[in-house]
Parts: sequence; C-alpha cells; structure tokens
Amino acid sequence: MSLDTANTTGFAAVDQEELKRARAARRERLGRWLLPLLVMALAVLVWNRVVVWNDIPKYILPGPVLVVSTLIHDAGILFPALLVTLEITLMALAVAVIGGAGLAILFTQNRWIEMSFYPFAVILQVTPVVSIAPLIFIYVDNRLVGLLLCAWLVAFFPVLSNTTLGLRSADHNLRDMFQIYGATRWQRLRYLQIPSALPYFLGGLRIAGGLSLIGAVVAEYVAGTGGIGSGLAFRILEAGYRLNIPRMYAGLLLIALTGVTIFGVLSFLSHLLLHKWHESAVKRET
Amino acid sequence: MAVQRRAIQPLGQRPRVLQMADVDKSFNGGVVALRQMSLDVHEGDFISLLGPSGCGKSTALRLLAGLSSPTSGRIAWEDPHGAGDLSVVFQEPTLMPWATVAQNVWLPFRLKGMRYDQVKDEVLEVLRLVGLEKFAGAYPRELSGGMKMRVSIARALVTNPRLILMDEPFAALDEITRHKLNQDLLELKAKIGCTIVFVTHSVFESVFLSDRVVVMAARPGRVIREFTIDAPYPRSEAYRTSADYAAQCRAASDALYQAMGEAA
Repeated sequence: MSLDTANTTGFAAVDQEELKRARAARRERLGRWLLPLLVMALAVLVWNRVVVWNDIPKYILPGPVLVVSTLIHDAGILFPALLVTLEITLMALAVAVIGGAGLAILFTQNRWIEMSFYPFAVILQVTPVVSIAPLIFIYVDNRLVGLLLCAWLVAFFPVLSNTTLGLRSADHNLRDMFQIYGATRWQRLRYLQIPSALPYFLGGLRIAGGLSLIGAVVAEYVAGTGGIGSGLAFRILEAGYRLNIPRMYAGLLLIALTGVTIFGVLSFLSHLLLHKWHESAVKRET
Repeated sequence: MAVQRRAIQPLGQRPRVLQMADVDKSFNGGVVALRQMSLDVHEGDFISLLGPSGCGKSTALRLLAGLSSPTSGRIAWEDPHGAGDLSVVFQEPTLMPWATVAQNVWLPFRLKGMRYDQVKDEVLEVLRLVGLEKFAGAYPRELSGGMKMRVSIARALVTNPRLILMDEPFAALDEITRHKLNQDLLELKAKIGCTIVFVTHSVFESVFLSDRVVVMAARPGRVIREFTIDAPYPRSEAYRTSADYAAQCRAASDALYQAMGEAA
C-alpha cells in the first residue's frame, strides 16, 4: 500500500517536472516574440513622449506619429525609390550568389586557381567600398552597373568564403567511398560536396543579404544625386538637403524594414532547405 | 536480384579472389606502416585482421580498397574484370545526412548512373535483409547508432560486390548492439555468401566472426600469426559460451600479447 503511494507520487513528481518544462518552453516561445515587440513599443512610446513633452520641433526630431504619416503621405516618392534600391539589392545578391558560389566551386576544383586568386578576393573584401566606389563611377558609365558592382563587392565575400569552407568539409570517409565506387569529379561535386556545403552557403547567404542592401545604399550615397531612377539613399540625402527630417526618418524606417524582411526571407529559406536533416534546424526532445 | 546466394566452399577449396604479396607501405617521413605483408583472400572467406592500434591493419585495408598503393609488392585480383569490385564499411556509419535511408543505399548504383526506379527492388530487398525496410524514408538522424550501421552494411551489400572490407564497424557500439550485429552479420553472410575482410582489435569479435584470423604487430606493421577458426557456421550465441570458443580466444589473445610484447 505504502509502496503504491510512493510509486504514484514518484510518477506524479516526474509529471510535474515535465509540465514545468512544457510551461517554461511555452513561455519562452511566447517571450521570443513578445519581448522584442514590448521593448519596441516602449521605445516608440518614450520617443513620442520625449518629443511631445519637450516640444521638440519636427526639423530636429519628428515624433513617431509624424514619421508614419510622412511615410504614408510621401509614399508616392518613397516607394518607387524603395523599388529601385530593392532591385539593386536583389540583383547584387543574385550576382554575389552566382559569383561567390561559382568561384568557390572553381577554387575547390583546382588548388592552383585558389592560390592565385583567393588573396585578391580578400583584398577586395577588406578595402572599404566607399573608397573604391568613386573610382567605379568614374570608369563605369552605366549608373546601374556601377551600383551593382559596388553592392556585389560588399556582398560576395561571405558567400565565397562560406561555400569554399563548406565544399571542403565533406566527410573524408564519404570521399573515400565515392572514390571506391569510381565517382567522377562531377558526381562527387553534385552528390557530396554541394549538399555538404549547403548549410555553410545558406549561412553566408544570410550575411550577404544584409550586406547587399548596405552595399546598394552606400553606392547610392557615393553616386550622389542626379539621374532618373534614384533609390532610397538618394531620397534620404535629398530630404536632408531640404531639412525634411520627417522624410529622412521615413526613408530610414523603410530601409530598416527592408533589411529585416530580407533577413527573414533568407532565414525561412534556410529552414525550408535544412529542417529535415541538419543539426542546426532539428528540434531536440530533451 | 542483386542480392544472391553464392555457395561457400569449405576452407582450402575456395577460389582465390585477391592476392596481396610481399607488400611494403611506408609514408613520407620514413614511417613504415606495413612490412612484407602477404594475404590471400578466397571467395567466401571471413578474414579478421586483429592487432593493436598502429599495427597497420587499417593501412592494409586501404591498400586492398585501392585508396592507396603499395610502396613495393603487389596486390592482384584474380579476375582483372572484377578488380575493384568491392565496398567498404567504416567505423563511422558514414551516411549522407541529407539523404534518406533508401537514397543512401542507392548511392553505389547512383554513381554507376542508375536511376532509383531501376534498382528500387534491390534497395528494398537489402533493407529487408538488415531489418530496416520500414525505415526506407527515414533520415539518418532519426536512427540509433546500431540502425545507422545496418544502413551502412546494407549499402555495402546492395551491389553484391566480390569483396567487402570492414574497418572496425562495431567498435563504437554498445556491447549488446555489437553482439546482435555480429550475429546478424553472420546470418547475412550465410544468406548471401559474400567475402569479408574485417579489421578489429577485439579478440572476441575476431574469433566469433571469422574463419581465419590474421594477427598483426606494430612498428613496423606486419603479420605475425595466422590461424583458422574451425567452429562450423552458423555460430549462435551458444558458441560464445562454449569451451571451444574460450580456447580459441585464449590462443588468439596469446598471439596478440606476443604481438604487443614484440612491439613494446
């Protein structure tokens, strides 16, 4: 009888612990979304109060309400500009992916090519793009090509270095096995190295997504005013000259939102491709 | 069907598959990994290379696999058309984590340019043989260590190669799983009639599994004894507790101690 009770309480204790763990997990899931939102809301509220209570003029610090209403009011100017910036960003990202992954494959196929060219990739990466950009715009007539080139310079390196690392990190026993089964170089690349490199590549892609937006914006600043099809950075610059501070904030908000969206989309893509097999995307039971 | 039964002849009447004759292997820096190693592999053999670490047993396996070539001596296949028709099971299951169990087993065929639907029957048949037909669509991370090793063995069997090389495949498993897989491997071998060269540092495993044990010593790696285990197949768990098994193990242990003593 006493043994029975002991047993039951024993089981109940385990259940309590499991329940506690489940509650904690639920709280954490909720907190992950709720806490940043709360902090954000609080910050916006403080911003609003500071502006209202201190009667700060809008040409020094516009309040959040004014920024949002400017965003809506100036949508006709800002959204076409956003499209231009987005276009350059996505094109640069695409070229960075093709160029970075392509170079990585070339590097891993032939060590001599890697030895010859890798140092130059590093040089291009470590030289600040603002210092190269003016030269690019002198030599390259086409504005779009110039912008693309700048954004690409910033964005391709993480793809290149991560993919190179990934292509090399294929399990050596699997390599031996491919050799024993007489796999061709192409088969080894296709069935072994590229799948092994995928998680690394996707990590690089997430960094490159943010960097290509930065590259596009910086390039626009350097390219300066003038010309049709001007992007967000140009609009912010222009608003600055006119002391239209609310529009500067609205443009800034749009750029930040764009960056967050790109990161979110790429993270989702990474999850889609990896969640079935890769450790980073697998949920553990304990 | 790829998985067919080949009749196993008694020891001494088996046709030779492969001959390793007076093979030396040294590496850059002057390390002699193998000295004067000779080994005849016959069809249906279960040979264990037994020895302490550093005795060159894995080097010997890599030479047999054609992953490296001997410094001197020769490795010759009896039938030149069948040269290199082999598969390997490593200590790690060595599965592709991004591919399902069936896709992993399909790999040897895939590298020969065969589509999955051409060889689906063979793949499922061999998965049934290792008891994993229900897991064809699972990913390796969903399997236990023993199950992963079964997949690895299934992949080695699926093309029905002339020679299967195993490099301490069960060393990382717990004892109960290891005994179960030892047993299953013998059953599979009886069904299929394959030829196995098995590297191990466990006396008990080598005696339980093989009909020939080759004892090796280290520095330089070389063969110091070779003996046959006469106990008839099928060997069951009962064999593990028999006096005959104990005696064979003692003999192998003595040889191994001698090997380690010489090296030290």
